[in-house]
Amino acid sequence: MTATLERRTSTHLSPRLTASTAGRVLRQLRHDHRTIAMMLVLPSVLLGLLYLLWKDLPTLPGQPGIFDRVGLTMLGIFPFVVMFLVTSIAMLRERTSGTLERLLTTPLGRMDLLLGYGLAFGLAATLQALVTVTIATTVYGLDVTGSVWLVGLIAVVDAVLGVALGLLASAFARTEFQAVQFMPVIVLPQFFLCGLLVPVDQMAGWLQVISHLLPLTYAVEALQEVGRSATATTTMWVDIAVVGGAALLALALAAGTLRRRTN
Amino acid sequence: MDAAITVSGLVVDRGRRRVLDGLSFAVPHGQVTGLLGPSGSGKTTLMRALVGVQVVRSGEVTVLGEPAGSPGLRARVGYVTQAPSVYEDLSVRENARYFAALYGMSAREADAAITDVGLADAAGQLVRDLSGGQRGRASLACALVGAPEVLVLDEPTVGLDPVLRVELWEKFHALARAGTTLIVSSHVMDEAGRCDRLLLLRDGELLSDCTPAQLRVDGRSDDLEEAFLNVVRAREEVGVSGQGREHRSEERARSGAPRGSEQEIGA
Repeated sequence: MTATLERRTSTHLSPRLTASTAGRVLRQLRHDHRTIAMMLVLPSVLLGLLYLLWKDLPTLPGQPGIFDRVGLTMLGIFPFVVMFLVTSIAMLRERTSGTLERLLTTPLGRMDLLLGYGLAFGLAATLQALVTVTIATTVYGLDVTGSVWLVGLIAVVDAVLGVALGLLASAFARTEFQAVQFMPVIVLPQFFLCGLLVPVDQMAGWLQVISHLLPLTYAVEALQEVGRSATATTTMWVDIAVVGGAALLALALAAGTLRRRTN
Repeated sequence: MDAAITVSGLVVDRGRRRVLDGLSFAVPHGQVTGLLGPSGSGKTTLMRALVGVQVVRSGEVTVLGEPAGSPGLRARVGYVTQAPSVYEDLSVRENARYFAALYGMSAREADAAITDVGLADAAGQLVRDLSGGQRGRASLACALVGAPEVLVLDEPTVGLDPVLRVELWEKFHALARAGTTLIVSSHVMDEAGRCDRLLLLRDGELLSDCTPAQLRVDGRSDDLEEAFLNVVRAREEVGVSGQGREHRSEERARSGAPRGSEQEIGA
């Protein structure tokens, strides 16, 4: 009846469809020059602001400077926040424009779609991390005891966590106004309790419990480990695994919120 | 030959409102079947049920021998929503190539689909920069690229100039001759005459399942719009004696649907 190439009949994960989707998301991004510029440059500019803020403050002898401590942590927090925002809006647009419903009538699986987004924004985050870590260690003289490559790795894993939580959060937003406000809901409590403002072991007991339930706490701990140890520590690898696991869990939950049949 | 689509006892509720009230019909292979009825009659809901994205209360929808929406059907059934569902921040070509990839087709077939809908000159433009009619055709190209056996099109000709509209209808018939089964919805009756078969929907009920010629006979008019109105009136008169009419108008009042919504059929 009709000439066709191979036709997929299952909804199992397809690397080919995941890659096509990641390519499509990146192509959308490529047409949006301002977003690319902001994604790449904004974290470095904000980090520069922090650098200037603390540059002339005296530090205690034998202690790392405030910028070395806070700046390093921010290298993990910026990609998380930026990718959460970008992804939740992108996915909401997919829902409201009708393209999501259309995609669900095609052979594309739900996990193909979500992993496609994860892959695309993960790549964008890798570029962002390269730029930010390079600027931080050269221009701002950020001092890291451990390897800067590990800092980059943690930044990318944080970004993927942001992507996964963004995909999940978009399921609960009907409008852009709601989606944007999920940023403070999801991001700020994690930021307050992650151990940057107050070390986790100095918090009230019940706050410590909550802090240990939030993935960003582990990301910040991993960065602090790299900051004070020349070699990679076990704690750091466990922390990275926890953040990666949380991202996978959020992706699985997001897949659960993608209903093929709706009313 | 079996029917391409079989629907039996299909009931769909949205909230407390019954949108489709026990529809049963069959659609033959390789024809253009028009789904006609006023705005709010349940056309879009029925189409969503055919492609398997609508929550259904009861009844069965079988497409090409499988339950609607089953994984095996997703490469064989194409769906074009009423509002163009393509990526505004991609070019027409990028959109078509992405959907081509999803259906396992090549870039060459994507370009052919764009030419098919008459957008070859605009292939490099972002969808955002296109006119409404062009966007609709871009959306259509993204379904054609999969060479589906069943093509479900929700009001594909809205907002198109008459020349383009005729061209698209010629395209639909060419596809049907090649074996594709098309379901095309419309709320303008002058398109009814272009269909091989008609399903007339009103208030979630199937008023008529016939050919345009049969509708002219049943509705005692050569004008299809007039014929449709006559069929509706005949039904309502039957409804009064069977107390069905009271029930229906009450239901409409509750759902807030405008009383005179059938007037749109003449738009």
